[in-house]
Amino acid sequence: MPTKSAHHKTKISDLMQNEASFNAGPTKSNLGERRDFLKTATAAGTILITSNLLSMPSFARASKPPLGRVVVIGGGYAGLTAAKYIRLWSLRSIEVVVIEKSSQFVSCPLSNLVLGGSRSINDLTFSYDITQKNYGIKWVQDEASKIDTNAKKITMKRGEITYDRLIIAPGIDFIYDSLPNLQTVEAQSQVPHAWKAGWQTINLRQQLEAMPDGGVFVMNVPRAPYRCPPGPYERACQVASYVKTHKSKSKVIVLDANPEIVSKKSLFTKIFNEMYAGIIDYRPNNIVMEVDIGSKTVTTDFEKFSANVLNIIPPQRAGKPAQMAGVVNADQRWCEVSFLTYESTAVANLHVIGDAIDSNLPKSAHMATNQAKICASAIVHLLSGLAPDPVPVFANTCYSYVNDTQAMHVANVYRYNEAKKIMLATEGGGVSASPSEQEGQFAEAWANNIWSDVLT
Amino acid sequence: MKHPNQIKSIVLTFILAGLPLWGWSAEATYSTTLLPATLHIRSLAASCAACHGENGNSVGITPSLAGLNVSYFTTQMLAFKNGSLPATVMHRHAKGIQEDEIQALAKYFSQQKRVTAIPAPTQEYRAHHAD
Repeated sequence: MPTKSAHHKTKISDLMQNEASFNAGPTKSNLGERRDFLKTATAAGTILITSNLLSMPSFARASKPPLGRVVVIGGGYAGLTAAKYIRLWSLRSIEVVVIEKSSQFVSCPLSNLVLGGSRSINDLTFSYDITQKNYGIKWVQDEASKIDTNAKKITMKRGEITYDRLIIAPGIDFIYDSLPNLQTVEAQSQVPHAWKAGWQTINLRQQLEAMPDGGVFVMNVPRAPYRCPPGPYERACQVASYVKTHKSKSKVIVLDANPEIVSKKSLFTKIFNEMYAGIIDYRPNNIVMEVDIGSKTVTTDFEKFSANVLNIIPPQRAGKPAQMAGVVNADQRWCEVSFLTYESTAVANLHVIGDAIDSNLPKSAHMATNQAKICASAIVHLLSGLAPDPVPVFANTCYSYVNDTQAMHVANVYRYNEAKKIMLATEGGGVSASPSEQEGQFAEAWANNIWSDVLT
Repeated sequence: MKHPNQIKSIVLTFILAGLPLWGWSAEATYSTTLLPATLHIRSLAASCAACHGENGNSVGITPSLAGLNVSYFTTQMLAFKNGSLPATVMHRHAKGIQEDEIQALAKYFSQQKRVTAIPAPTQEYRAHHAD
């Protein structure tokens, strides 16, 4: 690739992370620049942060790559993968800008092991820098406050940016309609969801460590679909694994809003009844109606449960940027997309990937990266005026740890069905016969490989 | 520019002629616009990365696929597919992938350079309650 262009791109990238550079003064000549990169609001008014660079004609040409600009909102498994693969597969001829509010990448996969005690949150935390630098991805640490899909423009605290195509990879948002008292940070420090890995994961682990022997841990499973179908059951196993060793008189009560275990049912049923007999008390068809934070009491439509440690995972929908862009068009919860391109069925030139989409695909990290790659491949072709892969195929492998060493899988290959226009599981998919230490090692290899793919 | 319908007709021609639909050619290393067959295999191969690493260079105990001999890859995959080779999970994937795709994947991975893959370095978590 032309080194001159790369050199300038790195400069912009640096600018975007350096607050001090935002004070670069405006020049009149570039105010009308169609490709103005990023505007920022200051006391003095709206200025162009790259103005001093854009005033140079040679740079103005370099800043307008031949195939256009893709903005990605969200730097999780889906968004970061899409950003990397668009750069890779377009041979760097598409400019990619990621907007992400967090300063670090924290993996949800394996975060239940923090509760079990075999992993620390520091084992699951990564920098965005390597992928960003290796692929020349431009980075803005910020949140979108407005998405104008007609003008193809995004407004953030730090300024505005336009796009040729937008990818929204917003992850999940929680629905608090029936549990309004759980919305605040204060409430969640008492009753965490810990369904986005981070401070709540640590908080829940600390509460578990402080729980007396003979204590009661109560958790719920929200109504499907939600992020990581086997995740709540894996969590129950991890908590049970910890109390079995350290607080054997304790109980783990699982209140499932669904009529039965959502994923790996036969395996989890066996584990609950055998490995964790007398510890895990699983109750299907129990919808959490009310939570009293002070007394840590949960009311379901049938019963009342008092807990020492309470973990409430609210029902979920597509993350806020998707709501903002008006692409949450399935049950007012998820985003309907084409499975050839991941373009929204509601808004043109806007793609949605990851947990936020409406599909029969599991909301898993492996799936998020698959969708990101199909979307990336399609966008590179679409911006070149060509058609995407007519029959996408991808695999999903998802491991759950039942204790600190043993894991089990669910694995499927999904192939695009042209008649139904969805991804359909092919024959031959399924789950492990039983959990094993060998699969525990494969699960670890899975994590290390997907992290290496996404984060380097 | 190829219209989607033109691509469809190319695909249809292959199906009717009974030719292998999917193939791999190294064009992807220097072109951003690929034949449908190549585009298809590149994405499918990328799906293997979660367990086998980027371009088949694994950082864990999962076998690396980069630089594998074409016939070895094909033989193993077909044996997973027909059940003659026991596996923890690969039989599930092999059953869902068509024979022509297996052959194209074999070619794709044989052409990937075997390198020492780098694990993503972890770092200390800095709590931010906003998330």
